[in-house]
Amino acid sequence: MSKPLLGIVLGAILGAFDGLTAWFTPAVRDQLGGIVVGSTIKGIIAGVAIGFFAKKFHSLPIGILFGVLVGAFLAWLVALMQGGYYLQIILPGALVGLIVGFATQKYGRIPATAN
Amino acid sequence: MRWLSDDKLNRLRAVVNDPDFSSTKYTIVKELARGGMGTVYLAEDRELDRRVAVKVLNTPDVNDDLKNRMAREAQIIARLEHPGIVPVHDAGTLPDGRVFYAMKLVVGSRLDEYAAGASLRDRLRKFQAVCDAVAFAHAHGVIHRDLKPQNIMIGSFGEVLVLDWGVAKIVQPQIDADFRRSICENLRQSAAEQTMEGTVIGTRHYMSPEQARGEIDQLDERSDIYALGAVLYFLLTDQAKAGKAAKAVCSKAMADAKENRYSSASELSADIGRLLDAEPVSAYRENVFEKASRWVSKNRFLVLLVLAYLLMRIFFIFTTRP
Repeated sequence: MSKPLLGIVLGAILGAFDGLTAWFTPAVRDQLGGIVVGSTIKGIIAGVAIGFFAKKFHSLPIGILFGVLVGAFLAWLVALMQGGYYLQIILPGALVGLIVGFATQKYGRIPATAN
Repeated sequence: MRWLSDDKLNRLRAVVNDPDFSSTKYTIVKELARGGMGTVYLAEDRELDRRVAVKVLNTPDVNDDLKNRMAREAQIIARLEHPGIVPVHDAGTLPDGRVFYAMKLVVGSRLDEYAAGASLRDRLRKFQAVCDAVAFAHAHGVIHRDLKPQNIMIGSFGEVLVLDWGVAKIVQPQIDADFRRSICENLRQSAAEQTMEGTVIGTRHYMSPEQARGEIDQLDERSDIYALGAVLYFLLTDQAKAGKAAKAVCSKAMADAKENRYSSASELSADIGRLLDAEPVSAYRENVFEKASRWVSKNRFLVLLVLAYLLMRIFFIFTTRP
């Protein structure tokens, strides 16, 4: 599996899972479908960015840092739209970015370089 | 008439037996090791101004068999140009008829000494390098026949060198035409003399069953693989961390029937590489739990990250409830 594809798959899975945890908040339970779709799209966008970054730059610490920044930034946008719960949204978002950043640097096929 | 004391007599004997290197470019510094056939000296190469190890036959009045064996050893090593095989620089005959050869001086420790202070991972890495050197020799039709930790040196920069090819046997002369011409044909007679049916050559604990039975014509690469298995067994002995897979690799290499052993040293090396990379080995079939446990131990950091994420989620679920 290529690094961008790995980023997309991981981002989508973790994003969907992230959205599903909204079920535990009764106030937004009736909007669960929209939250899961939105969260999955957010995860895919993060995964694409982090995956392509990992394809270009082979460095575990920089990859992790990039993942954290992308995850935190996208989560911040979501929190901004929500108008609250900044810590509860940004912290898990940053951690998801960290996981995707680590995984795409460590795993995934490195494309062969052309001579 | 005065009688000489025993001390003086022994000293005189030693001086008389000392090899005379005055006609060569080497100056003997000190004795490093003495074996049944030859002695290894630390020597100075005056021409190139470097230190070398020189192996010379113990006594000048030896029969042709030992001389041929020594010359053959030098030729075999000289042909096996590999980072894991100590290179021969020069060979010759002393005025008293003793054959000698000069080789790279390896500064370091023997594998058995090295293993005492090394982790399981380091031991396996060194062992893999030994397998690779032996695989190279096998690819050139040479089997070592006396592999043991005492014949493996770990250099001061971590390099691994397989030594003592004195009882090596040529098994596949068809591989390399030059090799065949220069070694096999020239030395067929001496090799045949050394490997008479029923002659037991090697070291008991590291010897394959067929070698111990003296079935010289039955010896092939898999006899060395048995010895490699015995070396691996030695390296795993005091290691509580050595798992079932490592023990299975050892058992497969040391199978009584050579058909059940690894078919090549490269295959054994590949399994050691898999052990080091926490991958499944060919010698052991894992159950689901062992597979999961190996995956978790291989991806420990990722598992920890996911656990941290889940814990954070659970924490926020309970702390943000109205």
